[in-house]
Amino acid sequence: MSWYKRISENILTPTSEKKEVPDGIWTQCPGCKTAISTKTIHKNAYVCTTCNHHLQIGSREYFEILFDENEFTEMDANMISADPLEFKDTKAYPDRLIDSIKKTKLKDAVRTAHGKSNGLDLVVVCMDFSFIGGSMGSVVGEKICNAVKFCIENRFPLLIISRSGGARMMEGALSLMQMAKISANLALLSQNGLPYISLMTDPTTGGVTASYAMLGDLNIAEPNALIGFAGPRVIKETIGQNLPEGFQRSEFLLEHGFLDFIIDRKDLKDKLSSLLKIMQKLPSGE
Amino acid sequence: MENNKQIFEFERPIYDLITRLEEMKAITSENQVDMSGAVAVLEKNILELKNNIYSNLNRWQKVQISRHTNRPYTLDYIEAITTEFTELFGDRQVKDDKAMVGGFARIGEYPVMIIGQQKGRDLKSRQFRNFGMPNPEGYRKALRLMRLAEKFGVPVITLIDTPGAYPGLEAEERGQGEAIARNLLEMSVLKTPVICVVIGEGASGGALGIGIGDKVYMLEHTWYSVISPESCSSILWRTWEKKELAAEALKLSAQDNLELGIIDGIIPEPLGGAHYDHQFVFNALKEQLLSDLDVLTKTDTPTLIQNRIEKFSKMGVVDYI
Repeated sequence: MSWYKRISENILTPTSEKKEVPDGIWTQCPGCKTAISTKTIHKNAYVCTTCNHHLQIGSREYFEILFDENEFTEMDANMISADPLEFKDTKAYPDRLIDSIKKTKLKDAVRTAHGKSNGLDLVVVCMDFSFIGGSMGSVVGEKICNAVKFCIENRFPLLIISRSGGARMMEGALSLMQMAKISANLALLSQNGLPYISLMTDPTTGGVTASYAMLGDLNIAEPNALIGFAGPRVIKETIGQNLPEGFQRSEFLLEHGFLDFIIDRKDLKDKLSSLLKIMQKLPSGE
Repeated sequence: MENNKQIFEFERPIYDLITRLEEMKAITSENQVDMSGAVAVLEKNILELKNNIYSNLNRWQKVQISRHTNRPYTLDYIEAITTEFTELFGDRQVKDDKAMVGGFARIGEYPVMIIGQQKGRDLKSRQFRNFGMPNPEGYRKALRLMRLAEKFGVPVITLIDTPGAYPGLEAEERGQGEAIARNLLEMSVLKTPVICVVIGEGASGGALGIGIGDKVYMLEHTWYSVISPESCSSILWRTWEKKELAAEALKLSAQDNLELGIIDGIIPEPLGGAHYDHQFVFNALKEQLLSDLDVLTKTDTPTLIQNRIEKFSKMGVVDYI
């Protein structure tokens, strides 16, 4: 496939997306503290080869894992947060945004893209926790709603990968309303009979859990991810006692009936294709 | 006014003048001296001071008023503005949540399903109502009642007054997040008119869980935001003491939310807040609901739903680079 052909198909993966990791760099697994070659971990879908700990990754890595040849078209790539409340705490919100943009090389806490995954059309929404705790403000709401509309127009399935501390305080009630806005648009997606898979990763809490993360046709999660409405610290303070082992982890939610299944990141792509084909009544060999 | 035991610090100057007025009146009756001139001046001063203080409330003061224990709560509104109310209990799955109440009723001639969070006034009833903090069962009960209303084409009215969905261990086990999320989705496409009114505290997802409507209003001295000022202070300033600053920063008042395009209107309260004159807010709320029911019950359902989704889809402000 020539470069020009790729342009005409609107596939514009910037070179910076394509990660080359030199040999001889090591990563310490936050789970088991084993030092593993970074290249090995990357090849293993950013999962520790010793203890299966799923490293916290962002949209760059998930797009690389899910899209064939890491080729995708990003949507709304130039959308950034405004400051409708002129919010200031210990720091003015615009300064916080600029710092986060510089630090993360991202523009906000979500990226949306479409492309092929195992040859199937797929729209992927992926949150970036590194950007102000993956918090949901107007940009997250607007980008997700645009992605949903794109799915409806093109009859594509939707995957949302959540990793977020919840709604973004600095946009006040506007952040809260993104929960309503996204949920309403997901209702339209559902009425159009298009599959929506919600993947929850570590951590997924607050307003994200209380809206789109829990509204998938399938709600799935990575192993041992913290998933909840209220954070563990708040609950602990409310009830005045320690929380049981494994509380609010993926396995706990599965046992209580709130997840369809838990998926190892290494198996994610193939499992998604298999299910999406079944849900869209496509032949298995496609 | 004198019946309200809970007086806020910012109201103190008014009460100081009232005390002086009472002393003056006492002197008049005891000593048979005519002080009517001075009394009239003082009464005029009190009124001016009230007008001055209550029309310049800052956001934190409004939050305090929204929590006044003599404000009408959901069941007070239901009793005052509806007839033939039959309370309906239970989520049909786990239990009946006492922090969320609802049932069939009539407002004027309109049959309605009216639902809301319920707070208690004394220690015992506060605990019974879990301080107005619903568990997942509350949201599922609300949804059950909304579906019932939808089935019979009866409009839904929700009254919002909660410091938040309950952050408890069992609430998490039974899917607090899922319960709220489900309501957001279902309410946005509910095939019957929905009117929501914040009557006290509108704290975050716990409020929004019954807050998706064709029309959304706030009473004049209520608040509605993504987080309470206290929690916002503790997270962003790492102290509980910056709640006043947090309230200002969050722009959480009815006036702010109207400007941000989040609500459709503000329902007026009497001078000083709803607790000074219940009948005033009962009348104001009923009038607003009747006028909306007139319009919404005549709108065809697909248009209603399309408008509802479009209204929420417009919320938010973004930039491009």
